[in-house]
Amino acid sequence: MRLLKLVPDNTNIKFLRWRIPFYVISCLLIAASWALVLTKGLNFGVDFVGGQMIRATFVQDTEAPVSELRKEIGKLGYGEPVIQRFGAPNEVSVRMRLPEGAAQDPALSDTMTRNVVSTIRAAHEGVRIDGVDSVSGKVSGELFSTARWSLFFAMIAISIYIWIRFEWQFGVGALFALVHDVSLTLGLFALFQLEFDLNIVAAILTIIGYSLNDTIVVYDRIRENLKKYRKMPMPELLDLSVNETLARTVMTSLTLVVVLVALLLLGPQSLFGFTAAITLGIFVGTYSSIYMAAPILIWLGVTPASFVPNESGSERQEKVARGEV
Amino acid sequence: MLDFPRWKKIWLWFVTLAFAAASLPSLVSVSGGTWPSFLPDPTVNLGLDLAGGSHILLEADPSQVAQQRLESMEEAVRGALRKAEPRIRIGDLSSRDGRLSFMVEDASQVDAAREALLPLTTGAGLTGQRDWRIEVVDGQRFVLTPTQAGLNQAVTDAMDSATEVVRKRIDALGTREPTIIRQGDDRIVVQVPGLQDPKQLKDLLGQTAKLEFKLVDTSALPSDIAQGIAPPGSEIVPYAETSPGQPTQIAVKRLGGIKGDNLTNAQQSFDSQNNEPVVSITFNQQGGAKFAKLTTENVNRPFAIILDGKVLSAPNINEPILGGSAQISGNFTVDSANQLAISLRSGALPVDLKVIEERTVGPDLGADSIQKGLIALGVGALAVLVLMAVSYGRFGLYADAALVLNVLMLLGIMAIANTTLTLPGIAGFVLTIGAAVDANVLINERIREERKRGRRVVAAVENGYREASRAIFDANITNVIAAVLLFLFGSGPVRGFAVVLMIGIVTSVFTAVTITRMWVAGWLRKARPHDINI
Repeated sequence: MRLLKLVPDNTNIKFLRWRIPFYVISCLLIAASWALVLTKGLNFGVDFVGGQMIRATFVQDTEAPVSELRKEIGKLGYGEPVIQRFGAPNEVSVRMRLPEGAAQDPALSDTMTRNVVSTIRAAHEGVRIDGVDSVSGKVSGELFSTARWSLFFAMIAISIYIWIRFEWQFGVGALFALVHDVSLTLGLFALFQLEFDLNIVAAILTIIGYSLNDTIVVYDRIRENLKKYRKMPMPELLDLSVNETLARTVMTSLTLVVVLVALLLLGPQSLFGFTAAITLGIFVGTYSSIYMAAPILIWLGVTPASFVPNESGSERQEKVARGEV
Repeated sequence: MLDFPRWKKIWLWFVTLAFAAASLPSLVSVSGGTWPSFLPDPTVNLGLDLAGGSHILLEADPSQVAQQRLESMEEAVRGALRKAEPRIRIGDLSSRDGRLSFMVEDASQVDAAREALLPLTTGAGLTGQRDWRIEVVDGQRFVLTPTQAGLNQAVTDAMDSATEVVRKRIDALGTREPTIIRQGDDRIVVQVPGLQDPKQLKDLLGQTAKLEFKLVDTSALPSDIAQGIAPPGSEIVPYAETSPGQPTQIAVKRLGGIKGDNLTNAQQSFDSQNNEPVVSITFNQQGGAKFAKLTTENVNRPFAIILDGKVLSAPNINEPILGGSAQISGNFTVDSANQLAISLRSGALPVDLKVIEERTVGPDLGADSIQKGLIALGVGALAVLVLMAVSYGRFGLYADAALVLNVLMLLGIMAIANTTLTLPGIAGFVLTIGAAVDANVLINERIREERKRGRRVVAAVENGYREASRAIFDANITNVIAAVLLFLFGSGPVRGFAVVLMIGIVTSVFTAVTITRMWVAGWLRKARPHDINI
């Protein structure tokens, strides 16, 4: 039986020929993402800004009556609700700020929930209330700061690990690739105004993990080749390493994407944003490990000599014996 | 690399099958079957977002504990100095800025006062520090300051007993399997699976149930009361419910009342005269005696029944109540009377609890999520299995078998560790499959490469596993770092995701690297192939 080969043998794609334009584009994208995050802002869910979210499914309708809902709930005098479809077209989330003084008297937010739910129930038949989340400003503030710190610490801890296992340049490269991935994901969330909640932070941490996976596989091969081909110019060596690992990169990304697409199309609606974020992250992460993490090593001055002190005596003798040095 | 002694094989198989077998009860229960009751049945818990239910986060205000401590210290100081022989007279007593200060009128009694006060303080914490610091300034003025250790101890004690009270109250509601956990210094998490309308629960937990009986100060002028001005020694307390034309507040005497915490029972019942819902309470011996004394000394005077700082009613004392039981009336419905009875039975909360986070998930959404998640998992896994088999032939099939074992082991370990599967946890599950596959892809691609370079079969396989392991190891360590941080910083569902990820990393490396290597080694030994199709 002939086996499927997604990538032909001995590819020799000059990935790094275009490294400067790609770097410029990537840096522009990072800048654009931050500009978007700062100007348009992220569409934070109740987890991070506090407030109340009611999720409802209009079982009998094919599409949720969003504009009617906005009018009906707006009339209650609790301010303008944020109403968004999520997942199926007949599922909505209604987000509102907690009424003033709710921090002192929790009964106020209870009354609001009751009023909103009974308004929705009265105006529409066959509504199923799927969940009510009510998060006070204090809790949301804490969730926000822990989320920020967990992203920060994850990136720093991972970079330090790579620095210890490889060289400092690799740590910097990995950190840069991570900043790229996280920035672009945040930028996409700002651009499309997708709801940004705790689950999305989990998604971003997952992206960090898997982008790193890719970066490490490429770095591992670069390290191996640096020891093997001591005379090869860096751009060529990087191209060789990326090409050698290309079959694996494509295969792994494909299997992940297959599973994620199954989860996107068939999985529960409430996981849609979460899965979408990870799927996008897989592409961004794969790109960054080739175009962000690798070329930066040239500019940071990695040469075959970088690994000489790390080589143990016996390894070196082995190579001398094989005539590689 | 390819050498597997018999004992190692037996050990690997034992570990794999034992953990995989632990997944069976969960699988049987999901598919609707019944697991034989004589066998152990570890099962994976479903999180609230899957099973439906309510999650409530309650917070106490530590400054309230400090305030209460100050008040009871004030009472204790007055009592101790009054009882001293000879009596020690004090004046200018104030409790401002969290400190208690007073003057001892006779300067010669300062040392005696100190002697009398010392037993009121106790050691706090492990440092040997006392819970109050007693200082004498300007010769005659005592200043009592609570120490940090003492305050911390008081908050911890208050939260411990608050947790107990919360547990008792929830048990009284008869809900199934609630989880009640202390969180941090001043919080309690309550999770009740299956609960759809948390209003009753929240009302019950929001009620401190501090019951007091205080004499009404009849000397106060109605105009002063309306302006909130109380005569000396009295305080203004609002009515719980007001109707037009009736006063909204009342003046009661600060001292000389009794607290309603000496109860042996509280029941909802009906008033024998107007048939309205009331709460009947029964005092214990000590409380009954105090109540009898209060009512005997104050016949024909009104006294106020105060719940959580609000007056329920202020009936007249028509005759001494000596039997140790009483009735609380105050515009109750049957439900609210019942609720108050539960609260009183379980004891007052030592500190007010406020709901600061609440999440409720309906049962339909959860059931829907599980089903869809399982279908997606099945379809995704099937596609991956096919892809691996057509890409790597026999080696792909080994990887596939390892993948199935990986899923079973992951489920089994989660069941044994009694962890909770949440919605993001399902996503974590799916991602684990991806990670497990990546390890096999790395290995198989490497074997392909080694073959292309002209290595012999055994050397190629050996090199493939060795060279790929390094990257697999580094990559998984970084994932563990991300998962650990998720666990430390995340909350609720996100933690569930991190747990799946952490266990999944371990099982996927075990099955994808070690187990497949054992199978490949076995096959190479038996078949001794000259060429492999990879």
